[in-house]
Amino acid sequence: MRVDSPSHHYRTPTYIQGKTGVVVAICGRYRNPESLGHGGDGMPEQLLYRVSFAQNSVWDRYRGPSGDKILVDIYEHWLDPVGV
Amino acid sequence: MPKPHDMGGEPNDEPIDQSDHQKMDWEMRADALHQVLGQKGIRRTDEMRRSMESLDPDLYRSLSYYERWTAALELLMVEKGYLTSDEIDRKVTQLDQGAN
Repeated sequence: MRVDSPSHHYRTPTYIQGKTGVVVAICGRYRNPESLGHGGDGMPEQLLYRVSFAQNSVWDRYRGPSGDKILVDIYEHWLDPVGV
Repeated sequence: MPKPHDMGGEPNDEPIDQSDHQKMDWEMRADALHQVLGQKGIRRTDEMRRSMESLDPDLYRSLSYYERWTAALELLMVEKGYLTSDEIDRKVTQLDQGAN
């Protein structure tokens, strides 16, 4: 996950930025809320992915079962590939 | 620097108040106005979010849910040129004086 706090509207919570997850679904293509929020037309449409993160990799003091996941819908331009 | 709505994971030892409450008349009117403006293509959900996120952080935290909606709608209506702050303030003064 990219880490950024642009001055414009964005839909990527700070708590998930910089974390590493696994894409589990492609939700579709949608107009970009970062443009729509400022009167733009939202084009080009952006791919929206559902990404799974281990809860204990997101929260330092997570006390639940180690297999717990958190699923977050994230637009493609916020994702960086993990080194292959 | 995260904006005030981006509060997931902020340290807070206070229990979350999960009690439900009856909506007040003005809250339902705020909701209705918000929906009508959306149906008429005057405001979008993403614009509402952006407007709400632009509120001063201390103000944002002091406002209730529908107070935030109302503040965000006011900002958008002024920004888009449908109303001026003066017009809104004059109307509020009138209502305060019972001359509606």
